[in-house]
Amino acid sequence: MFLKSTLCAATALTLITAGGAFADGHSATITIATVNNGDMIRMQGYTDGFTAETGIAVEWVTLEENVLRQRVTTDITTKGGAFDIMTIGMYETPIWGSNGWLVPLNDLSAEYDAADLLPAMAGGLSHEGTLYAAPFYGESSMVMYRTDLMEAAGLEMPDAPSWSFIAKAAREMTDRDNDINGVCLRGKAGWGEGGAFITAMSNSFGARWFDGDWNAQFDTREWSDTLNFFVNMMNDSGPAGYATNGFNENLSLFNQGKCGMWIDATVAASFVTGDDSTVADSVGFALAPDNGMGVRSNWLWAWALAIPAGTQQEAEAKQFIEWATGKGYIEQVAANEGWANVPPGARTSLYENANYQAVPFARMTLDSILSADPTNSTVDPSPYIGIQFAAIPEFAGIATEVSQEFSAAYAGQQSIEDALEKAQAITNDAMEAAGYR
Amino acid sequence: MARNVSTQRKIITTAAAWTIGLIIFFPIYWTILTSFKTEAQAINDPPLFFAFNWTLENYAIVQERSDYMKFLWNSVVIAGGSTIFGILIAIPAAWSMAFVPSVRTKDVLLWMLSTKMLPAVGVLYPISLVFVQFNLLDTRGGLMVVLMLINLPIIVWMLYSYFKEIPGEILEAARMDGATLKEEILYVLTPMAVPGIASTLLLNFILAWNEAFWTLNLTAANAAPLTAFIASYSSPEGLFFAKLSAASTMAIAPILILGWFSQKQLVRGLTFGAVK
Amino acid sequence: MATKASRSLARMMMAPAVTMLMGWMLVPLIMTLWFSFTKYLPLRGDSIERGLDWVGFANYSRFLSSSAFWPSVQTTLLMVGGVLLITVVLGVLLAMLLDQPMWGQGVVRILIIAPFFVMPTVSALVWKNMMMDPVNGIFAHLWRFFGSEPVAWLQDASLSSIAIIVSWQWLPFATLILLTSIQSLDSEQLEAAEMDGAPVIKRFLFIVLPHLARAITIVILIQTIFLLSIFAEIFVTTGGAFGTRTLTYLIFQRVIDSQNVGLGSAGGVYAIILANIVAIFLMRIVGKNLDA
Repeated sequence: MFLKSTLCAATALTLITAGGAFADGHSATITIATVNNGDMIRMQGYTDGFTAETGIAVEWVTLEENVLRQRVTTDITTKGGAFDIMTIGMYETPIWGSNGWLVPLNDLSAEYDAADLLPAMAGGLSHEGTLYAAPFYGESSMVMYRTDLMEAAGLEMPDAPSWSFIAKAAREMTDRDNDINGVCLRGKAGWGEGGAFITAMSNSFGARWFDGDWNAQFDTREWSDTLNFFVNMMNDSGPAGYATNGFNENLSLFNQGKCGMWIDATVAASFVTGDDSTVADSVGFALAPDNGMGVRSNWLWAWALAIPAGTQQEAEAKQFIEWATGKGYIEQVAANEGWANVPPGARTSLYENANYQAVPFARMTLDSILSADPTNSTVDPSPYIGIQFAAIPEFAGIATEVSQEFSAAYAGQQSIEDALEKAQAITNDAMEAAGYR
Repeated sequence: MARNVSTQRKIITTAAAWTIGLIIFFPIYWTILTSFKTEAQAINDPPLFFAFNWTLENYAIVQERSDYMKFLWNSVVIAGGSTIFGILIAIPAAWSMAFVPSVRTKDVLLWMLSTKMLPAVGVLYPISLVFVQFNLLDTRGGLMVVLMLINLPIIVWMLYSYFKEIPGEILEAARMDGATLKEEILYVLTPMAVPGIASTLLLNFILAWNEAFWTLNLTAANAAPLTAFIASYSSPEGLFFAKLSAASTMAIAPILILGWFSQKQLVRGLTFGAVK
Repeated sequence: MATKASRSLARMMMAPAVTMLMGWMLVPLIMTLWFSFTKYLPLRGDSIERGLDWVGFANYSRFLSSSAFWPSVQTTLLMVGGVLLITVVLGVLLAMLLDQPMWGQGVVRILIIAPFFVMPTVSALVWKNMMMDPVNGIFAHLWRFFGSEPVAWLQDASLSSIAIIVSWQWLPFATLILLTSIQSLDSEQLEAAEMDGAPVIKRFLFIVLPHLARAITIVILIQTIFLLSIFAEIFVTTGGAFGTRTLTYLIFQRVIDSQNVGLGSAGGVYAIILANIVAIFLMRIVGKNLDA
């Protein structure tokens, strides 16, 4: 009978699937959670070589940045143990390291040459001198501009521009009729998107997140100056709807030739001069602007590989990290895809390599990274480490909410004063909840 | 009974219905179409409808980056397994509610529905901790149980609605003829309820297939279904409209095709006893 | 008519479903309640093994007094109400249209049912990038074609945009249920009314609508359950910015972004309370209709 056989088949299927479902993976496989950035995707393509070399199989869990962060944070705090290697950033590493959740990476092989890691990167990925994550690539931020539009406007970009020059150049380059915006900047809500940009920018205006007693500082004139300058400049010469533009949206605009300048991550340099760009031949680079107060508006970030404590495959995971963040990998990519495509910003030796020095954005990337100091990022002293973030567990949550208020102000849905007032209340409330105040 | 309608009215109705249908379907159509363009064509202004070089390169890139079949298989196993589990548990419950109702039957039913009101994000930590405790993280079995429990109230309710439509006299007649309970359920009740069970199965399979919170947060590499597959394409660097379209098409195609082929059954069942 | 034996049998047959659901409800609920009374900051090293500090109702009062709380409740109700309104009204109209004789009814039904099969993440991604993108989206092209400035949908009309996306997903469900119900309507009754010269509006109000009442309540009940916990659509499109932070999303921010499990759990308890208020309200209506 039809029904009976259906039921039997259903039961059998259930048993089979349930039986197979609880089986564990075999021992020589490591599971890696990573972000879906271009450099990471490229690395996945090269892992077959690693497996052939070492016999260690690699399983990838590739997720979009926000999902990745949510997934790995829950895993590490609940001791889930689903991953042998996690891709994390400069924000998470010191916090997790200080909790003892990451395997220290201070015993990597001599061949790996940990001393070759750029000091800024190694420092940002360490807690009390112990390295907890190995940088796969590092970045700062800088000005990318259209040399042709600059010339047409009769201006010359200095190597180290000021904000007033940027605003002026943006106004000059803007050509609404031809859909050219003088400057494209991040306005998108999220601590890693617009939040990162405005925080780094505020540093150069003399603002800071917290004073020495962890009081929020959004009621200061410096923050008000920062936001007013930003909003005025974007209204004058930014793209419409910039309050929802993040890295991706701006990259796309710039590549389509719709931006005169774009101040963003140094890794974008290889994209705007790459195949997807319609303006690849006319891009120049300069340091992120300052305001004459001794601090520039560039940030520092690294995507790095870390091993959660308690993994069964610590040795294999270390082997992989040495392979992926070592010098050999860089050479392999350079040989196959050219020097412009190697993961930048992690190693000193890369910038000493004559082949790499010939890449147009190499010097400005290095200068930007070298000019960023996470331990001393603000004009007035602050109690936190980090440039575009404060390396405390509460920051991501607070800054996401604060940046949402800012974005609403960018979109004209509330005044800058209201946004700052709300930001002040949100921050103080959250810091109180966490027991700082 | 056929109503006599003028041809003119039929033309107007047809035109209106087709227009609305095409508008509703447009986002899916556009996604599928874009998946066959190059990234440059995908953002062409004006948008390209037919005159472009159809390419499969996006599918090749997506397949090279992630093993589609593995995600697909996990989706099938998890959605299928949870559906079968759910049906097996729900049939007896719905049977007893429909044929041996007590004063509390409706309260039980409504209570079951109310368990769906616990917001998933609020219990992420509790469920994650339980999963870690019992080593269920990243297992298909664990996910099957969770998805089954999430959808169980809906299954019970749907089945209850169908069973209630079955006249009790038939069962009594069977009992008079000396049928045991097992025979009664297997040979009398179930055949009459097959359409209802089929549509319950379908609806539940769709709901389980599309569940995107737990399937993402409780899996890593082994048990990750298509919802995790799509999470790696949502906002990468650079141009991505065509690749996103290809990945989206791959994620929804199986369930779309299943849904279309079985839409008669699904529609027949989607009444929750609403038709009187 | 039911014997004592069949009653106890019935209870036994319900046991698996009831027990499992009871466990599924109680275990997380009790843990959530427990966490909500403690200071549980995982990134500061708090964990169950180390023991959680009891803080009484501090999390509850903090969650309630946060400036984000009441707006989020309002957003939740607006979103749920808006989607219900759109899907029910359009669903009734569409069902009545589909009930008319036409050519290719089967194909039209296939077109209309399709969005229901699309997973929420995908539909949010598709709408955000392919339809509503202010530069490359179809709407932007359409607007420019008619000579007007493209709308930044997810910024300037954020809540409505998300409501549109969610409605698109749920309209097929509503339409199909309502269509099944309409098809069971006695057409002789309608024809008789038509002969009597009753105007369309009156026929609709006094014959069609009462007949649909039960189907409509079921659509509302089922959809409300799913809509209250809408998450992926917001996560993908606005991330809670521009006034789209629902209560569910606010809890997500507390638990995941801020990693404050105690505070988030208190929010979870509030969400349960809100859901139950809505539920009681609904059950009043639906419960009555279920008897019919």
